[in-house]
Amino acid sequence: MTTAATATATATATATGPQSTTVRRLLALGRAEATLLLRNRTALFTALLLPLVLIVTLQGTLSKQAESNPGLDVDSLLVYGSVGMILAFVVYYNLTAAYVGRRGELVLKRLRTGEARDIEILLGTAVPSLTLGLLMSALIGIGGSLGLHLAVPVNPLLMLVGLVLALGTMIALAALSSAFTRTVESAGITTLPVMLVMQLGSGLFIPLEVMPAQVADVCRLLPTTPAFQLIRVGWFGTDGSAPATDFLGSWGAAGSHLVTGTIWLGLAVWGAVRYFRWEPRR
Amino acid sequence: METSRPSRPSDDVIEVTDLHRHHGGGTSGYHAVRGVDLTVRRGELFALLGTNGAGKTSTMEVIEGLAAPTGGTVRVLGRDPFTERAAVRPRIGIMLQEGGFPGELTAAETGRAWAGMTSGARPVAEALELVGLGHREKVRVKQLSGGEKRRLDLAMALLGRPEVLFLDEPSTGLDPEARASVWRLVRELRAQGTTVLLTTHYLEEAEELADRLAIMHGGQVVTSGTVAEVIAGRPSRISFELPAFTGTALPVLTGAELTVDGGKVTVQTVELQDTLTDLLGWARHHGIALGALDARSASLEEAFLAIASEAAHQNPPQAPAAARPARRRLIGSAR
Repeated sequence: MTTAATATATATATATGPQSTTVRRLLALGRAEATLLLRNRTALFTALLLPLVLIVTLQGTLSKQAESNPGLDVDSLLVYGSVGMILAFVVYYNLTAAYVGRRGELVLKRLRTGEARDIEILLGTAVPSLTLGLLMSALIGIGGSLGLHLAVPVNPLLMLVGLVLALGTMIALAALSSAFTRTVESAGITTLPVMLVMQLGSGLFIPLEVMPAQVADVCRLLPTTPAFQLIRVGWFGTDGSAPATDFLGSWGAAGSHLVTGTIWLGLAVWGAVRYFRWEPRR
Repeated sequence: METSRPSRPSDDVIEVTDLHRHHGGGTSGYHAVRGVDLTVRRGELFALLGTNGAGKTSTMEVIEGLAAPTGGTVRVLGRDPFTERAAVRPRIGIMLQEGGFPGELTAAETGRAWAGMTSGARPVAEALELVGLGHREKVRVKQLSGGEKRRLDLAMALLGRPEVLFLDEPSTGLDPEARASVWRLVRELRAQGTTVLLTTHYLEEAEELADRLAIMHGGQVVTSGTVAEVIAGRPSRISFELPAFTGTALPVLTGAELTVDGGKVTVQTVELQDTLTDLLGWARHHGIALGALDARSASLEEAFLAIASEAAHQNPPQAPAAARPARRRLIGSAR
């Protein structure tokens, strides 16, 4: 961009900041948003404590399921399910509320008058939710694996792909959900359908292999199931429907999830672009 | 890239040609802007006036590049502000009608966030000092008064030392003192060469600040020019109250138009001094005391009111009143 160099005589010679770049804009927005999150007790409480409460519940559920399904790897599923739950709460739920809040305060509209592009505004707002979600799930994932002596992940690359798909889909779903949410308070209700689908239908709370076959097949097609199943395949070498494989074999087990997951990411992004609202309805 | 900088030596910083803007689609939509032409030269302060719903903000949004026009062209600094926003935005500053800053951030934190998103930003403290908010930097936005929020908004628009500044009703909600200081600041900016396009419905603001102005009505520019040009040809006005039962016939004032409403008489004239002399001579001759005597030259306010009502009479069929009755508060907003 040559505009700065050719800018006309109006430039005055006192202290002037650097050229604005995408990274600088994301950091500036992310920092402001992080400050807001830290000052919002309710949001912080929901983000930090609710997933932990659910982990305790999850442990009980899995133990009960193991009684009727011998061979269910409760420890692995507990750590995996917890990581998924944290991401769902901290990224999807928290971010939906953040988008609704900023829209209501006309912040999104004001941001659009500046140099930041639309996608930067949406991602910048997501920076603290993503950071917190990744930190917490890394803590639980690594801590849980070490504490419960879980095996080393079979295919970390596949885990990463699953993680990126899961985060991308959840950010897009948060933007989409915010379009149907009027106030921050009502976000608890409008996010419920997706939250339930993620927890009950994506194999986080109830492993797909303990479900009746037809139900499991339907659940495999739900929006966030493929992404979470990719994380599971990469971690343990199987999504529970077949014996565990090695690094190379895991790619085969991942194939169908990669396809459906990418399709859902595309649909969620399309929906977000189509329905997202930058300012409140009058 | 090097050669894409417009080579035209044009001093027209903002060029708007036959601008149209439709809100909503199909026949249910609303034709907010109907063929607006505007030119703002470098270093000029241009005011866009109009009744509520005249299309000022709709026009501004397109010039700012926040929305695409339905028809016509817009050039800001020689470029299309919508399709070439990456090139235009770093050189302009925008202040919207309503704030848009998170209540839980302090003024300084707000400034820091904006500085991170603005090329060549001046120091945040300097920007806050500029609008007289230096002492309020640690205060959360939600605790700022309405006027202080407005000034914070202005500070953010000025952060990048813009060449072109867009102000949508900058002094609405300010007390007289704050308004005077915003006016002083805007004048200083213009003295430094900043081009300013502002909307306002305070006519004194336009009279005070604008080099040129345009009056919009029904999505069109009804008249434009310098304040003197817009006022030119508009009659001056004398008004007074006649005591009851004078029994004396009203004087014949050449070149003036007389309206009587009860005891109140209004005279419109293009020759204020002559007409006033005649009137006062008549009153002295008959020993009549003229109550509440008031004589004033044509003002922008009168020109504005006259133009607005003329326009309303001229084009009622295509006026948007029927399409959007709720937004029409004609003239009521003019002060």
